[in-house]
Amino acid sequence: MAADKVDPIHQFQIHPIIPLHIGGYDVSFTNSALFMVVTVVLASAFLYMTTASRSLVPGRLQSVSEMAYEFVGNMLRDAAGKQGMRFFPLVFSLFMFVLVANLIGLIPYFFTVTSHIIVTFTLAALVIGTVIVYGFAKHGFGFLKLFVPHGVPVYLLPLVVAIEVISFVSRPVSLSVRLFANMLAGHITLKVFSGFVVSLSALGAVGVAGSILPLAMAVALTALELLVAFLQAYVFAVLTCMYLNDALHPSH
Amino acid sequence: MANKNRPDGTGETGRGKQLGADIRDDDLERRRRDLEASLAARRPERLEGKDDAKAGGATGYGQALKLSSEFVAGVVVGVGAGWIFDRMVGTPPWGLIVGLLLGFGAGVLNVLRSAGLAQEFGQRANPREPKK
Repeated sequence: MAADKVDPIHQFQIHPIIPLHIGGYDVSFTNSALFMVVTVVLASAFLYMTTASRSLVPGRLQSVSEMAYEFVGNMLRDAAGKQGMRFFPLVFSLFMFVLVANLIGLIPYFFTVTSHIIVTFTLAALVIGTVIVYGFAKHGFGFLKLFVPHGVPVYLLPLVVAIEVISFVSRPVSLSVRLFANMLAGHITLKVFSGFVVSLSALGAVGVAGSILPLAMAVALTALELLVAFLQAYVFAVLTCMYLNDALHPSH
Repeated sequence: MANKNRPDGTGETGRGKQLGADIRDDDLERRRRDLEASLAARRPERLEGKDDAKAGGATGYGQALKLSSEFVAGVVVGVGAGWIFDRMVGTPPWGLIVGLLLGFGAGVLNVLRSAGLAQEFGQRANPREPKK
């Protein structure tokens, strides 16, 4: 019981809620899936309800929705130009999903979907898949010019192209690793410091006095995590925009 | 100083040499300045403000995670590609070795790119062009 409390990894365990096996595959409805559903429902419900009775002069909640829209819209327009706006639904959905998933993960006893690399990697694979499919559909093999920098001597070309290709393939990896690592590290730190509070205050009066320090730290870290939750959603969306820009204009 | 010894043809050789050296010095100086200017123009502007300026606290931590993830991703992908190549073609360990080296190169390139010190994909660094 006590060991369970201070185990900082425990919060990331996935356990099935509704066991389900189809064709030998385990497709159980897990707590991770539950919180993904919660994330999607929450984000959609918020956006729908705040804009359902929209007025010309926005109320508080309506202006939050509008700010989110304009924030992502400006980001995309800056990074990928006017043509980039056709990807707005994708980028906005990704941004809202990551943001809401990060934010509700901060609530105690809630599961953080984005702290699992398979989830973030799926999102990153979706992005890079879109870039590749759209790039080839629009530019054909001209898309491959992306890997050939200007003004490189011919004898260096194979090496440079190989490095560029690896660099391109590593993009979804770093995109997913960054989000996952930030969330994982933040939640573990938070849990460790909160665990200090619990185990210190079990020591009696001195312990309770001593536990003020980690408690203050936990409060500060919660604020930091709030910032990180927002920042990572922003970074994810910005990088998505930049990659989509490559699909739109492979050679400048 | 050039017109001083231009009219007489007598002191041509001695002075001329000096003059030539002078010109070369000037030339070198000018070329060095040109090179510096063109290097500065070629180097993409750093992402000012948020990323670099305040390197402490949360932003520094974010920057550190960002750069390290970029580097690690490059190496991991390079090694993975080399390993898969080995498995398919049957040339171990050469694919892994080459992949690792290329991966390190790609990792460094990723870090430089994300720090704004190298040009982006397929882009010619052009100061006129709006960045990002």
